[in-house]
Amino acid sequence: MHEKIIKVLIAKPGLDGHDRGAKVVSQALKEAGMEVIYSGLHKTIDQIIHIAIQEDVDVIGLSIMTGAHIQIVEKLMKKMKEEDIFDKTVFVGGVIPTKDVSKLKELGVAGVFPGGTPLSETIEFIKNNVKKT
Amino acid sequence: MAVARYIKDEKDRILDVILESGIHVKPSYTPDDLNRIGFDYEKDVADPGQYPFTRGIHPLGYRSRAWTTRQYTGFGSPEETNERFKLMISHGQTGLNVAFDLPTQMGYDSDHPMSEGEVGRVGMAVDTLRDFEIAFKDIQMDKVGAGLTINAVASIVLAMYQAVGEKYGYDPKTISATPQNDILKEMVGRGAWIFPVEPAVKLIGDTIEYSMTVMPRTNPVSVCGYHIRESGATPSQEIAYAILIANAYIDNVLARGYDIDAFVGRFSFNLNVFGNMWEQVAKFRAARKLWARNLKEKYNVKNQQNLFLRGLFGGGGYGLTKAQPENNIMRGAYYALVAALSGAQTTALCSYDEAYTIPTPHSALLSLRTLQILMDETGLRDTVDPLAGSYFIETLTKEMENKIEEEMEKIEKYGGMIKAVSNGYIQKLVARQAYEVEKGLETGELLKVGVNIYKEGESKEVELHEYNYESAERQIKALKQVKSRRSQRDVARTLKELETVTKEGRNVMPCLVECCKAYVTLGEMTDIFRQEFSEFQEPALF
Repeated sequence: MHEKIIKVLIAKPGLDGHDRGAKVVSQALKEAGMEVIYSGLHKTIDQIIHIAIQEDVDVIGLSIMTGAHIQIVEKLMKKMKEEDIFDKTVFVGGVIPTKDVSKLKELGVAGVFPGGTPLSETIEFIKNNVKKT
Repeated sequence: MAVARYIKDEKDRILDVILESGIHVKPSYTPDDLNRIGFDYEKDVADPGQYPFTRGIHPLGYRSRAWTTRQYTGFGSPEETNERFKLMISHGQTGLNVAFDLPTQMGYDSDHPMSEGEVGRVGMAVDTLRDFEIAFKDIQMDKVGAGLTINAVASIVLAMYQAVGEKYGYDPKTISATPQNDILKEMVGRGAWIFPVEPAVKLIGDTIEYSMTVMPRTNPVSVCGYHIRESGATPSQEIAYAILIANAYIDNVLARGYDIDAFVGRFSFNLNVFGNMWEQVAKFRAARKLWARNLKEKYNVKNQQNLFLRGLFGGGGYGLTKAQPENNIMRGAYYALVAALSGAQTTALCSYDEAYTIPTPHSALLSLRTLQILMDETGLRDTVDPLAGSYFIETLTKEMENKIEEEMEKIEKYGGMIKAVSNGYIQKLVARQAYEVEKGLETGELLKVGVNIYKEGESKEVELHEYNYESAERQIKALKQVKSRRSQRDVARTLKELETVTKEGRNVMPCLVECCKAYVTLGEMTDIFRQEFSEFQEPALF
């Protein structure tokens, strides 16, 4: 029996252009055997949701460096509810202060990986947490 | 190769060192090494202030003038920014370095849907001339120069700087701005691009052409190897790409029929300081030499002074860590030493909390003090280029020079810088290297204190700069007020003129200044460009 290949969207929401982390994580997940779609920069939440549906990804990873992570995640979750795509696992990376991690998890984010998290940790997390349908 | 390699035996003795740029470092250096590389003092190094300026651009270095310190500042509202400017000046900072929020950098007004949650977050929000009037109030614009960290819309912000200068009674000829204005590096690294390569480079050409006569003390372009290095480039690639990017802007202006000596002397550079200390010092020495030679041999620059590589050497952001954040204060001190030993004219440090947030007043001040302690207490002003003549440094400088030239040739062979950026060739390369660095950190090949050695448990939280929602709301309210009070006729007239000039491909700067004076918003001006130029399409990387 074949294990289903995990499909991940790595997305850069909003105006921030710092994409080193997003690109590094994309390459790491790819090398770990996942299929990775990188959104490119300056995407709106609507655009990200659209790609996620279009590509039928299992996981959405948001990279946010500006400090606006709470607002962005609130928007994403609201939209996911509207589109009824709550089966997708969401994780967030970037410049995320520790005090905001629990707040993000309350909003429905499955995993938070601030800058400096080992790549292996992110990879393991996705493998263990992807919601199999 | 992007990771410095230390080959060790089982007893942790170092057998070989290979720097990021691919150069092997020997256990010791002797006069034989200078013979091996054919070292010629006059040709390779020469006295400070003499071509090829390896030892620095001034004969007396920091004896004649200490470096300019330019910590990156700018928060939330123009009022807060103005306060911070005055605070830093009162603490002895000698130049301003203005941070703008992302909506401003991306050409959106504060009330645009894309701006939500970002107004004033990572820098000052700018919608109209009103904001500059507040930010620069009581700043002696003919005494204190301003670095403006703005790229895609640098033309608009430079026009606004002129407009505010004139409003406060300064002749544009006496004020000095240094907009970053390097769009090619945004496409490689920092990501604040809007328009496609060709019109984006044309706008930069416009600012250079315009500054020559109207604002001759302005440094219209600050070429940033810095962010390319932050994105994963090696030190030799950082310099190679910076020189080639500068050449792309030069070519745009030369095509308009100007003499190179009329403008190239105002170019400046922004380069990074993290990494192996010796490699960085050699990098800066080689960079000065190669830039001067590039201008002299390729472009036939006549005036000696126009051959100077002037720059801000500093920052070091990627070298800082989120783990054990206070360690970043020590890292900053070493990076400052690198900048000083390399003869930086201007410097600034990333603050210790920047892996968490934008700097607090406390951390920005600590960075400034770090620089001041180094310059005033440790003897760095005593003598120029103190490492010159070291068998090691001179050999390494020569080897770095060769590596940088190799990297330049690779891009020339590919078809030039503009093609390499448009097609994503460089983006792919540096993204790959960034990944290798990350893997190096995981395998322990690359050592980082607090990250993979000498780790502690949970890091303690640092004091954070908090986002001010009320100030964002006030900014939007102020914008509405300006819009309701300005002359709609002047707005329509100046915007129409801007549209015509943009369509006809003429220099947009005079029109932009008129727009700014009529309180046309940054978003309205950018929209004209968006409509005429469309937007940059990011090349696919994976």
